[in-house]
Amino acid sequence: MSDVMTKPRPVTNGGHPVSLKHARLPRWTPPVLALAAAAAGSGIGIVGGLDSKIQWGLIAALVFILGTFALAAAVEGSRQAKDRMATTLVWIAFLLAVIPLASLLWETIARGIKVLDGYFLSHSMGTLPDAMPGGGIYHAIIGTLEQVGLATLIAAPIGLLTAIYLVEYGRGRLAKAVTFFVDVMTGIPSIVAGLFILSVWILILGFGPSGFAGSMALAILMMPVVVRSTEEMLKLVPNELREASLALGVPKWRTILKVVLPTSIGGITTGVMLAIARIAGETAPVLLLVWGAKTINNNPFEGAQQSLPLYVFQQWQIGTDAAYDRAWAAALVLIAFVMILNLVARGIARWKAPRTGR
Amino acid sequence: MTSPSLTDTPPPPAGNDVHSAVSGKAVRPGDRIFLGFSRGSGIALLVIMAAIAAFLTYRSVLAISGDKANFFTTLDWNPTGVEPKFGIAVLAFGTAVSSVIAMAIAVPVAVGIALFISHYAPRRLASPLGYVIDLLAAVPSIIYGLWGALFLVPHLTGLYSWFDDYLGWTGIFAYGDGAARSLFTVGILLAIMILPIVTSVSREVFLQVPKMHEEAALALGATRWEVIRMSVLPFGRSGVISASMLGLGRALGETMAVATVLSPSFLINTSLLDPGGGTFAQNIASKFSEADEFGQDALIASGLVLFVITLLVNGAARLIIARRKEYSGANA
Repeated sequence: MSDVMTKPRPVTNGGHPVSLKHARLPRWTPPVLALAAAAAGSGIGIVGGLDSKIQWGLIAALVFILGTFALAAAVEGSRQAKDRMATTLVWIAFLLAVIPLASLLWETIARGIKVLDGYFLSHSMGTLPDAMPGGGIYHAIIGTLEQVGLATLIAAPIGLLTAIYLVEYGRGRLAKAVTFFVDVMTGIPSIVAGLFILSVWILILGFGPSGFAGSMALAILMMPVVVRSTEEMLKLVPNELREASLALGVPKWRTILKVVLPTSIGGITTGVMLAIARIAGETAPVLLLVWGAKTINNNPFEGAQQSLPLYVFQQWQIGTDAAYDRAWAAALVLIAFVMILNLVARGIARWKAPRTGR
Repeated sequence: MTSPSLTDTPPPPAGNDVHSAVSGKAVRPGDRIFLGFSRGSGIALLVIMAAIAAFLTYRSVLAISGDKANFFTTLDWNPTGVEPKFGIAVLAFGTAVSSVIAMAIAVPVAVGIALFISHYAPRRLASPLGYVIDLLAAVPSIIYGLWGALFLVPHLTGLYSWFDDYLGWTGIFAYGDGAARSLFTVGILLAIMILPIVTSVSREVFLQVPKMHEEAALALGATRWEVIRMSVLPFGRSGVISASMLGLGRALGETMAVATVLSPSFLINTSLLDPGGGTFAQNIASKFSEADEFGQDALIASGLVLFVITLLVNGAARLIIARRKEYSGANA
């Protein structure tokens, strides 16, 4: 960190004093260079007969990086050249990330919109042969809603109470252990949670596949997320509020229920909704425990069910054009569901942010 | 943050009944019940973790004791035969290789994006960009898988033949003319998937760099890159490391994206662009439907190995974060 301070900045250039202002490249250099590099990339691509646009992009990026560096080194000096190269690399990193992510969203929307209509949303696959066009995702939507709902009913109370324990009561070894294992639990791969329920519920206790079995695995994935976010929110509640309530002789449990929780309810709701959004897209445990079905099964406690992410996977496995269309359409519904949950959750967080201070 | 009774600073006298000391009365029953419930939930969480470890181990022991070959070195997965033989060597190789490729691509790019958002982007763009990155972290993995299999794979064949032309002599980048459903493609897809998480954690850390450090460097005439190299990166290093390890944890356990993109086989193939190989999670998802009860136990055994690996990686990441907390606390 102290490099800068010990190295005196050279103010002379080979004995000749230079002006304090270095020569600078004009402001329009980077965009012009970028255009030139893009032209060079596509030129080389066309001449060389490279068929993948990815190669064109890579060549253009390389030309741009080297060109900027050489030009800046010649005009502005090596330090400025390094600075420009870093700027270029950072911008390229950003574009490199935006392209696939934008392409993912675009593909899902463009290909998903094809078969997405009222019929698709309100019908199940029924007895339709896999290769035929038609069918819908009603059974998958029902399954996802029921499984995620049940998982939330299990995980939200446990997560909430655990967070209250950690923030309001927790000290000593038990609290430390819980904190540590909540962290560890956050990292459990979803398929491992699925294997756990598989080993207990299906292999040892002998139950069959059901939506509820899936919900239990999803609840395991959801709990640590709820605990973490609720904990953060409860810590934001100013202590003065708790003290004021306690000083009036209100019991601690009523203080928590009537003062602490209402103050932080917005953030807690946000956390729970984000957790729901996360588990709604989980496929692996559902694959192991719910198995998937083609017809509507409204009872999550009995028999195989369908769920949206699993539907996407199974349609992809079928591998015909009609099935791919259905997979994209279901993916679009799933992505819309998750994104809307996210946006609403963040909206609530902003609207109901705890007012700390005055 | 001053009240000693409510924050976690000084340990109170035995028990948690703070107001009984104040009011001189016994603890109210409501308090006792409420504490019981919330402590019970915490204990329930611990019990679940213990149960996961215990039941996975129990079923794994059943599986491994029935395995007629070495569980760690066998290049085969055939738990249904008369002589059940299965091993995790291929899975361990595939998981390690695909995650390493993912990290090699994702970490530099993620650091770049984090720097872009925290230091390079126009002010007005910065916070919406951070928001978009957070949203992208929410895209379900099956959708990445679908996109990877139907869009990314066809677009990579040209690039892979190019690699083969110029780098094929290394052996690693040799490529026959198959579909690009290889470990390398999986690595690229995993890199895209973990980008958002690594970026958002790194960005948080970069935004915490003390303004004074940066301004001091600027005042001494440092260029923007020099400011970043000398004040931002050293401050953010441990944060970036732990962010990468969180990303690694995700990459190791990713199931559906790998299961859709990879064309699996039980061979260790060092030419990474060619189809073949497998990962722990992918193998569980693809072999599950054809597995009988013993086959499921075998898959559970491989899941236990994955569980232990992710525990170690995540534990290490948490330790680094915890160390950093103390460090920055002393400096703040």
